[in-house]
Amino acid sequence: MTTVNKEAPRHPSPGAGKRSERESLKIVRRTSYGRLAADTALALFVFGLIWMSATNPNFQWDVVFKYLTSAIILKGLWTTIELTVISMVLGTIIGVFLALMMLSEDRWLRSFVAAYKWLFRGTPLLVQLIFWFNISALYPEIDVGLPGGETLFTLSGNAITPFMAALLGLALHESAYMAEIIRGGILAVGQGQSEAATAIGMRRLQVYWRITLPQALRVIVPATGNQVILMLKTTSLVSVIALPELLYSAQTIYARTFEVIPLLIVASIWYLTICSLLSVGQYFLEHKLGRGFRSTN
Amino acid sequence: MTNNEPMVWAEGVMKSFGSLQVLKGIDLVVDRGQVVCLIGPSGSGKSTFLRCINNLETIDGGWLSVDGELVGYNREGDCLIELREKEAAARRAHIGMVFQHFNLFAHKTALKNVMEGPVAVRRMKKDAARDLAMDLLDRVGLKDKADVFPNRLSGGQQQRVAIARALAMEPKLILFDEPTSALDPELVGEVLQVMRDLAKGGMTMVVVTHEMAFAREVADTVVFMDGGVVVEQGSPKEVLSAPKMARTQDFLQSVG
Ligand SMILES: Nc1ncnc2c1ncn2[C@@H]1O[C@H](COP(=O)(O)OP(=O)(O)OP(=O)(O)O)[C@@H](O)[C@H]1O
Ligand SMILES: [Mg+2]
Repeated sequence: MTTVNKEAPRHPSPGAGKRSERESLKIVRRTSYGRLAADTALALFVFGLIWMSATNPNFQWDVVFKYLTSAIILKGLWTTIELTVISMVLGTIIGVFLALMMLSEDRWLRSFVAAYKWLFRGTPLLVQLIFWFNISALYPEIDVGLPGGETLFTLSGNAITPFMAALLGLALHESAYMAEIIRGGILAVGQGQSEAATAIGMRRLQVYWRITLPQALRVIVPATGNQVILMLKTTSLVSVIALPELLYSAQTIYARTFEVIPLLIVASIWYLTICSLLSVGQYFLEHKLGRGFRSTN
Repeated sequence: MTNNEPMVWAEGVMKSFGSLQVLKGIDLVVDRGQVVCLIGPSGSGKSTFLRCINNLETIDGGWLSVDGELVGYNREGDCLIELREKEAAARRAHIGMVFQHFNLFAHKTALKNVMEGPVAVRRMKKDAARDLAMDLLDRVGLKDKADVFPNRLSGGQQQRVAIARALAMEPKLILFDEPTSALDPELVGEVLQVMRDLAKGGMTMVVVTHEMAFAREVADTVVFMDGGVVVEQGSPKEVLSAPKMARTQDFLQSVG
């Protein structure tokens, strides 16, 4: 406004000489009393909740702090992280192949993926986990070889540890969802992009790797981030096959001491901590990938 | 590698999509250093023919060669054998293409867009590719936009970057598919100016366009296509000012 001040006003109005006085008038906003009341009520409610949980002896905060960093809980936490990372990596790798098969022109490849998704998304994960855990009963030995030919090597059923059963169940289930996410990301990249890349002489794999995939990631990464957070919590299902991840470790303690609530709080604190860290990481990754697509960069 | 064959040589080129025959025997010769403008009504197959020239679509019949090399096939005796993917890509690298909607790589800056071909296809060192790309951006008047992403460039600027990207492959031929049709009228001029300079520099160009003034001024040959065939071709004067065929006359009348 300062530059405007130097020029003569284009539409002189009554009292034009007193510009500065009119410009410095103070603006008064109205207070919303309804909102004030709602905020007060909310504050009281939240304060009450915190007060209650802090002072209620049933929460046994001393027990919570005693176990929060105990060896058995930390070991369980580590197993949970391992399960999350490995099954997400495996699930994503399988998902990439499934997505490429879905995008292929070959009808048989597409049908295979359709059946795969139907099976793994249509049955509860809990059922799949118990199934893989019991696979040793179903097939005590698995001969790996050519159909009708010689056996190459033999997997004995006992070789499927609970950890492997858990990984298998989580990863296969996850891959069905990741396939869908990856396919969606690839389809979201305009055809003009791969055409332009082809036209400058890139080969098909180069086009995928240098042009399509980096842009698809912009769609894939946020969705995958959500899947990781979901997976972190889903690993707790694995407690049913007695694999000592975070929840099962807490359970083994309270089975002994009957301090159920405090130990569930211990587990929850760790789940929340990891989720929060993941969310921060997701934010920065999305920011980096968004370059060239936001209206401000 | 100079030979005296024409740069583009099409004889009876045919192309169908399913049961729809789009190209019904295109005959066209483009000599070295020539600018050929393709005009014709919507759906006449101009884009399809252009895409056939750099093998984005494979032809179903006829003969099509660029710089003496068959497009999409190798000849063995009486047979045309489809090219391996690698060979097809290598041949495309020498043919530039500029699209109606620019198709700049959205995740790369202007500079990186131009560097992409030299780095990924010509296997140039990053530094050399950057110098080359900078020179080319300078040539299209966009040196100061090197680090800007495409979504922050105007249509005219995007199209000029796209032309620089095509030039970075040192093509022997550049194909333009309605390069100014998606632009606001006031931005058309800057793109046409770059194309005019290229033509003056002796670049062989095939341009699908609705800019009759440009065709009149720059083209050596104007080709009128309709219904998947070449109806009439000749110098701009012959085709645009004194068309012989009734279909050409009708078309020119309709575009004003
Ligand atoms: N991939 C494709 N699959 C099926 N039909 C196609 C395909 N590409 C083009 N066609 C059809 O081929 C015909 C010619 O299309 P083409 O794009 O070559 O016309 P054009 O002369 O470039 O028209 P315009 O001036 O509108 O760009 C049209 O009927 C179009 O629908
Ligand atoms: Mg077209």
